[in-house]
Amino acid sequence: MRVSGRQGGWKQVSAEQDQELTEQTGWMLAVRDQRDRQAFARLFDYYAPRVKGVLMRSGMGSASAEDVVQDVMLAVWHKAAQFDPARAQVSGWIYRIARNRQVDIARKAGRPLPEEVETETPPEADPGALMALAQESGKLRQALAKLKPEQREVITRAYLGDLTHGEIREETGLPLGTIKSRIRLGLERLRHELKDLRSE
Amino acid sequence: MTQIAHHIPDEMLAAYAAGRLPATFEMVVAAHVSMCDACRAALETHETLGGALMEEAPGESVGDDLLERTLAMLDEAPAPETASRAAPKRFGIYPGPVAEALKNAPPRWRSAGGGVKQQILAEDGKSSVRLLYIPGGMAVPDHGHHGTELTMVLQGAFHDETGRFGPGDVEVADESLEHTPIADEGMDCICLAATDARLRFLSLLPRLAQPFLRI
Repeated sequence: MRVSGRQGGWKQVSAEQDQELTEQTGWMLAVRDQRDRQAFARLFDYYAPRVKGVLMRSGMGSASAEDVVQDVMLAVWHKAAQFDPARAQVSGWIYRIARNRQVDIARKAGRPLPEEVETETPPEADPGALMALAQESGKLRQALAKLKPEQREVITRAYLGDLTHGEIREETGLPLGTIKSRIRLGLERLRHELKDLRSE
Repeated sequence: MTQIAHHIPDEMLAAYAAGRLPATFEMVVAAHVSMCDACRAALETHETLGGALMEEAPGESVGDDLLERTLAMLDEAPAPETASRAAPKRFGIYPGPVAEALKNAPPRWRSAGGGVKQQILAEDGKSSVRLLYIPGGMAVPDHGHHGTELTMVLQGAFHDETGRFGPGDVEVADESLEHTPIADEGMDCICLAATDARLRFLSLLPRLAQPFLRI
């Protein structure tokens, strides 16, 4: 019953969320599939200031932060074939690249990274999963928007805060309760996606 | 391949996503995620959250020419030490991040006494990450911990007071746990072990040996 209900609801949801779904993801797919420089420039204009903001929150100076922003955006171009819109939002994917680079710089040795999942590059299109992820992410944002300002601040600090001071001991008690169910749904979905990828 | 039963705690995955974990623990997290789809999904979920927060946080405007300079570099091959560096690949029983630390060569084991061998991969102040080789049926000396210890099985299996751990499984031990891990009979057990403080051995002999073993 739930399945048919969801299928019936696809079109409506798609119309409502079309804009947030397609804008950044659309640019990213144009970069991935057509090597579209104009789309890259749009991504750059949108994400470069945001990545720089995150870097400067962690105490990096403006000039160094711009060097890292450039490096991160070049990685967006070079690693585009790995981007899978059914598994990641553009923002989360870029967040990961930026965080990895930031930790690399903070360490003498490079950051230990997980292996990539072996998939086709680019990953096979899966419109249903893409939509489900966009929906989950939309719900996640709504849940974030409903947090009290102080809860919001704690969670922002945990994910965007200064890397040099934060250690696991201090900030494990995240106020995730409100949004946990959303994350769980996303988690469950991603897990199934990954299982499907593996079994192919 | 056996099913992974013991996972990385969710807060630790969140801390990895956010870049807040000590380097030695990062290696265990990255190694486990390389083998565990459930934890990979959880990690990617935390990254989704991080990305959503990044999108909504106030940005900092970038220099007018940064885009032009970046566009001009798109056709150049990226240098290896950049954000474009490739994810590491598995080598034998060693997951990518461990293989990378080993430089894709077999470990150079050193005796740690009692048939146990080890290779230290990294040390960072009060924390360390090492490979342990425990012959089948052998016990690792009884020990407690300062801080936290993560132990991930790469080959074979061990058991202790808390349960049994096979390939991919991670045991999280804190100060309250005093345990005696014993390798299962049969195949020798190889583990990746990270601590954020010196291990505190309880019996006299291993404690005397502690400075020597650098555990």
